[in-house]
Amino acid sequence: MQPLDYLRESPSQTAGPYVHIGCTPNFTGIDIYGGDLGTHMKTGPVQGTEIILKGIVFDGTGTPLRDAMIEIWQPDAAGLFPSANETRGKADPNFTGWGRSPGDMTTGEFTFETVKPGAVPFPDGRMQAPHITAWIVARGINIGLHTRIYFEDEAEANAADPILSRIEHQNRVPTLLAKKQEDGSYRFDVHLQGPHETIFFDI
Amino acid sequence: MSILNTPPKPAGFIPRDRAWQPDALTPPYKTSVKRSPQAALLSFPTTLSEETSPVFGHSMLGALDNDLILNYAAAGESAIGPRIIVHGRVLDENGRGVPGALVEFWQANAGGRYRHKKESYLAPLDPNFGGCGRTITAEDGSYEFRTVQPGPYPWPNGMNDWRPAHIHFSIFGHGFAQRLITQMYFEGDPHIKLCPIVGVLKTQEAIDALTAPLDMNRTVPMDSRAFKFDMVLRGQRQTYFENRKEGL
Repeated sequence: MQPLDYLRESPSQTAGPYVHIGCTPNFTGIDIYGGDLGTHMKTGPVQGTEIILKGIVFDGTGTPLRDAMIEIWQPDAAGLFPSANETRGKADPNFTGWGRSPGDMTTGEFTFETVKPGAVPFPDGRMQAPHITAWIVARGINIGLHTRIYFEDEAEANAADPILSRIEHQNRVPTLLAKKQEDGSYRFDVHLQGPHETIFFDI
Repeated sequence: MSILNTPPKPAGFIPRDRAWQPDALTPPYKTSVKRSPQAALLSFPTTLSEETSPVFGHSMLGALDNDLILNYAAAGESAIGPRIIVHGRVLDENGRGVPGALVEFWQANAGGRYRHKKESYLAPLDPNFGGCGRTITAEDGSYEFRTVQPGPYPWPNGMNDWRPAHIHFSIFGHGFAQRLITQMYFEGDPHIKLCPIVGVLKTQEAIDALTAPLDMNRTVPMDSRAFKFDMVLRGQRQTYFENRKEGL
């Protein structure tokens, strides 16, 4: 039989306790590059609704992680990605779509100043509910965790979403919903374990 | 236009091989015990959200971003330690070079000490070494940087656990689904087989995939030794026969 000749993906290893040195060095006090990548998602006036997204990553004991790094990726308010792979149109030029946060050094709370994403179609053409893709790494996490941030105030779109509607344990769907707070911001806490364990994706 | 003159369209990403990648729960690496999800991951094919990714241009790079010997050093000085060059290619599972990939790296100094306020190892900081660098791959997926070889160091896990000398890598390909963080080890390091973090890898083949050999052909005589380290990101299916709507 012939060999298939595919390469294997490089094995993942934990980001370790000092991921911030490599990915957000200025946050750790290493003054370099003229600033940390992913700090600002808006580079000018943006289209759509500007939002603030906050949250904390908790371990299985309920302790906040203070050595995590969270990255988010999303389309603009019209549902277009600021990506070379975007073929459906031109995204908002003042929006990067990508954010990276080391979390607060003391509380672990991450904050993203972004815009409410527009809807993006599923490969079969059905519309997905507006969502943000998130990726979480930290000491003790052997392979980065993918999840999605949907919005509690998009009930109709969420109900029709091809992925949310396919989740067997519907009582876990709220773990994927960012909840609007009194101050207008959205809150999305991540629980790595326990009764409120966030749904993570193999995607 | 004849279909035969058109390259097949990239479709979704090839599923991640979870039997090859480390598990989330690996008790000898103690921190994983309370940080590992216990429910099954939700599997579904990639969508545009995972098949797109931000663009990083070469223009954002500074001249010394890939030179850790100089990028934190005072004028006329340089970092202390064995001078090395690390080079290789970022490839995908189909064997193609990945151009334009953002590669970020960080490491301890030659004494095994990180420049971080939460780090307490007694080895001294090197005032001329920051410990981070970055680059963007060329058209063929190749990259290169210069640094000092990091030292091994002790860490709180078992009573006497030491990390092998290693360099951390963060790689950004063309799709968010490819996002990867890993570590590079050095050929011949006796700590590799003792380390509980290396131990999360399931096979010798996986350990070898993260172990960089000495590369005498790229060594600069009388200056720097070289180590070769290729990294592989997930590949995309290529097909004429995908029932996707146009543009998806």
